[in-house]
Amino acid sequence: MAEAPNETIAGKQAVLEKMSEHPAVKALAAWDPAALIDALFDRGELSLTVPPESIIPAVNAIKNAGYNAFEDMTAVDWLPSEPRYQLTYHILSHAFKQRVRMKAWVSEADPAIESITTVFPGANFYEREVFDLFGIRFEGHPNLRRIMMPEEWVGHPLRKDYPVEGYR
Amino acid sequence: MPEVGSPILQAPPAEGAKDQHMVLNMGPQHPSTHGVLRLVLEIDGEIVVRLYPEVGYLHTGIEKTCESKFYQQVVPLTDRVDYLGPLANNLCYCLAVEKLLGLEIPERAVWIRVLLTELTRINSHLIWLGTHAMDIGALTVFLYTFREREEILRIFEAVSGQRMMTSYFRIGGLAMEPPLDLFDRIQKFIKTLPEKIDEYSNLLTGNPIFRNRLLGVGILTAEDAIALAVTGPTLRGSGVDFDLRRDMPYCGYEKFQFRVPVSNRCDCWGRYEVRLEEMRESIKIIQQALDGMPGGPVKADAPKIILPDREKMKTQMEALIHHFKIVTEGFNVPAGEVFQAIESGHGTMGYYVVSDGTAKPYRVHMRYPGFASLQALETMCQGRMLADVVAVIGSIDIVLGEIDR
Repeated sequence: MAEAPNETIAGKQAVLEKMSEHPAVKALAAWDPAALIDALFDRGELSLTVPPESIIPAVNAIKNAGYNAFEDMTAVDWLPSEPRYQLTYHILSHAFKQRVRMKAWVSEADPAIESITTVFPGANFYEREVFDLFGIRFEGHPNLRRIMMPEEWVGHPLRKDYPVEGYR
Repeated sequence: MPEVGSPILQAPPAEGAKDQHMVLNMGPQHPSTHGVLRLVLEIDGEIVVRLYPEVGYLHTGIEKTCESKFYQQVVPLTDRVDYLGPLANNLCYCLAVEKLLGLEIPERAVWIRVLLTELTRINSHLIWLGTHAMDIGALTVFLYTFREREEILRIFEAVSGQRMMTSYFRIGGLAMEPPLDLFDRIQKFIKTLPEKIDEYSNLLTGNPIFRNRLLGVGILTAEDAIALAVTGPTLRGSGVDFDLRRDMPYCGYEKFQFRVPVSNRCDCWGRYEVRLEEMRESIKIIQQALDGMPGGPVKADAPKIILPDREKMKTQMEALIHHFKIVTEGFNVPAGEVFQAIESGHGTMGYYVVSDGTAKPYRVHMRYPGFASLQALETMCQGRMLADVVAVIGSIDIVLGEIDR
């Protein structure tokens, strides 16, 4: 890509203007520029934040733009800020040889988002892991059960308010 | 075979789901499951109807542990994730934190990193080859591959003092200058390795039992492989020509010439071919690294991040202060998030590190190839014989430590 890797481009407007040739930015701009909440190009990595309710069309737009390989998804718990959970999807393009990071924020009151397994079946285990360790529900997931912890486990260990010590 | 996007990996098969089907539990102590993988199989006679991997038996919460350690203290934790390729874990984590810090590391450290990471790849592939062949019934190869692996472990021991949990790559460079005779030793080792690989190949490639157990077994098309997030040699065995070392170079790989082996067979045999070739390519990279090894320091010039040498620490006041500060308080890393991916022996290894500006990582997420490869197991085994499941598990080269983390 033409951008210098160490340049930082912050903000939705700046990214839409300066990186308009970037295939992922182009695809999202063509889909619905209003739906893009925030964007950041930092340390050579592009992050695009979309609202949680439109994660499926956004991921679909990215996939149709050539980002064909789902690589990773996880969550970050930003307690005590609201919305609390940041969901991060890393999607790679074999053709452009670059990856894009999609972000969506979900609230503490109703930690739920649509499952992207219909777009990328490979997200299956990753969504189960996030469900297990963060307690975020994925609507439409074919088999949303705990994956790491035992079935009868109480609590979600990777949440920041989960105790890291046992009884004293 | 199910088409892409079909509801694979749904709930596990239930007892008595269909009268003529039997639900069979395989593992977690089954010797061919490479650790503690449990498979719930629904079988019709000997034909696999459904297959369901149950993981989590080795879950130790490493990602949670990372959150309460200083950045430099996470390095030894990473060794324990994929314990067959410790230096690859170290490399991936260090590159991620160095990206956050914006730290440039010296040329010599980069080259030694490449050299040792390729040795790690050979180590990982040797174990894969030995255990895979053993699962299928060819016990001899196991003894030979472990003979060569032993020499690699001795090299790791010479370099870091540890055979498996090396922690040799540190944030900002290497732990220390490698011992004087290291390069001669590696040179001697890789000189004999190609004939050893020919030896394995002689034992297996023409072996009719081995051929029949692998050829046409565990078919995974390129579309399915990409859809199920499969990476590494398994993906290249399905005919997708993609290797992070060549296509998205990190850690100086753009300076090395090597070929990326690809097989269009899409079966266990294709994956066998790819890994065998990959070992030969790794030898080429090691040779180039040895030939062009630059001189100079092995640590970046960043006294507030990298521990000073023992000598300096004992004689200079400033070095002592830095040492004390780094050990007791760590060092602050600028806020931000990075995803660093490398091509490990098993596939794409990625570290997603989020910093909030303090001395401890806010979140470390580890993406390991085995976790994703397991999702493809059902696609590869459906409609095949039960005995083929063993061959397929071997061919995707999983390590349960990296799956359960």
